[in-house]
Amino acid sequence: MYSKKVIEHFTRPHNQGAIENPDGVGIVGNPVCGDLMKIYLSIKKDAKRGEYIKDIKFETLGCASAIATSSMITDLAKGKTLAEAKKISRDNVADALEGLPPIKIHCSNLAADGLREAIEDYEKKK
Amino acid sequence: MSIKIYLDYAATTPVDKKVMQAMLPYFSDRFGNASSLHSFGQEASQAVEKSRKQAADFFGCDSEEIIFTSGATESNNLAIKGVVKAYRSAQQTLGVSGRQVSQKPHIVTTSFEHHCVLDACKSLEKENLAEVTYINPKKDGVIKAADIKKAIKKNTILISVMCVNNEIGTVQPIKEIGKIVKEYNSQFKIQNSSPKADQPMAEKFKILLHTDATQAINYFDCNVDKLGVDLLSMSAHKIYGPKGVGALYVRKGTNIARVQDGGGQEFGKRAGTLNVPGIVGLGAAVAEIKNQKSKIKIVVSLRDYLIKKILKEIPDVKLNGSKVKRSPNNANFSFKNVEGESLLLMLDAEGIAASTGSACSSGSLRPSHVLLSLGMKPEKTHGSLRVTIGKYTTRKEIDISISKLKKIIKQLREISGNVLIDYYKKND
Repeated sequence: MYSKKVIEHFTRPHNQGAIENPDGVGIVGNPVCGDLMKIYLSIKKDAKRGEYIKDIKFETLGCASAIATSSMITDLAKGKTLAEAKKISRDNVADALEGLPPIKIHCSNLAADGLREAIEDYEKKK
Repeated sequence: MSIKIYLDYAATTPVDKKVMQAMLPYFSDRFGNASSLHSFGQEASQAVEKSRKQAADFFGCDSEEIIFTSGATESNNLAIKGVVKAYRSAQQTLGVSGRQVSQKPHIVTTSFEHHCVLDACKSLEKENLAEVTYINPKKDGVIKAADIKKAIKKNTILISVMCVNNEIGTVQPIKEIGKIVKEYNSQFKIQNSSPKADQPMAEKFKILLHTDATQAINYFDCNVDKLGVDLLSMSAHKIYGPKGVGALYVRKGTNIARVQDGGGQEFGKRAGTLNVPGIVGLGAAVAEIKNQKSKIKIVVSLRDYLIKKILKEIPDVKLNGSKVKRSPNNANFSFKNVEGESLLLMLDAEGIAASTGSACSSGSLRPSHVLLSLGMKPEKTHGSLRVTIGKYTTRKEIDISISKLKKIIKQLREISGNVLIDYYKKND
């Protein structure tokens, strides 16, 4: 049912954990539906590129695809400028995972929303 | 070295080698159609009748009261829709002959039946053919017989309650409900076959009691008279028999119409060429159960060992469903801060097969209706794990599984971190 890539990221997720004193956090999902995701950001400024994601971590309570999409979005976002990171779509996440079962597409949505919310949180606090 | 441990015996069981041996000749060598009059057909027919006798002996009924079907789903559909259909057509006949047509028939069932029972009831409601009352179990996953009694109305024609819940393994008071039904029916001295013209409908048709005994056959006395049931459904693949075959016990004199039309097989109650090898397998599987009686104690002790060990060694876990009124093979847990589908797949990656009531694993993304029926909040239903053992389960398998489970729960809780607490803080 799941692609090899999903199982890979699910069983050995990347960037799992929390960042102390994060510059931005996003919490998305809903305990009633069962998936909850928290994205932590650490932002740095680069003279040439401007603000970029120096570090990103996640904590997720959810199904295999929720964990895999969390892991994947942190991989996709790490090192990107904020402008670049905002453009990461749910399709980017799903494609990078070699597809998701139709019923699980909302999980990739969740990951993209989580990242965006964390960036917005940073921008609001600035 | 890769291990393979099967802890999902409530989903299906392996076919017992003895059962398979009994079935094999009926695929290719003795392939006749049991409805044919020639010797090929008669050979098949004799095998079918032997199975029917084996099933009848097990349930303590006559052979003619056993209807072979394609499994418990079909048996349940036939029982529920067939009873309503028979009732409605009797209503019509009476209506035509110039008497008042009574109310819509009423069914009493429970909210945590298998989906095939619930969906059969819902489809009758949707088509406006019956009204249905769904009784919730108590928190311990057991139905109170008194709640069923209270739900009976003048137009009640059928009560359907499962023997053992498939998800949480709780045992339901069928005998007690059987007594209630018997008592209720006795107040009207009913002649089921020839209703008196001036009696109200409910008085002409006694209340029938149906039970879905799919999960009970291996471990409980399913004698239909002791249970007091008129209809009983079962499936072969839950009792070390093959998939695709089951049976419905129908008490003599029960008003039931067939729901699948075609040939006159199964006393006109279920059309379709008989699945001879499957039926032979069902008979052999049922007959084998009495040889396994001594193993029930072993299964109970393994289950108790498993429950005790998990509750002791893993923090933040609880057992769902009564500890006492519980099938020997079932343990169902809820783990805090863990999602069931993740748990299932992590276990699978380690070679261990179990099951979950998590919404994410359901295909419909809806939380388990069984756990919800116990009054659990939707957010509490996601971390459930059903472990069901069987006659081939060993203590060593349980030990390995628990040590893997401990590691996986820890890992998943690390992945989820504080997200649940943080969510509630944020949304307070």
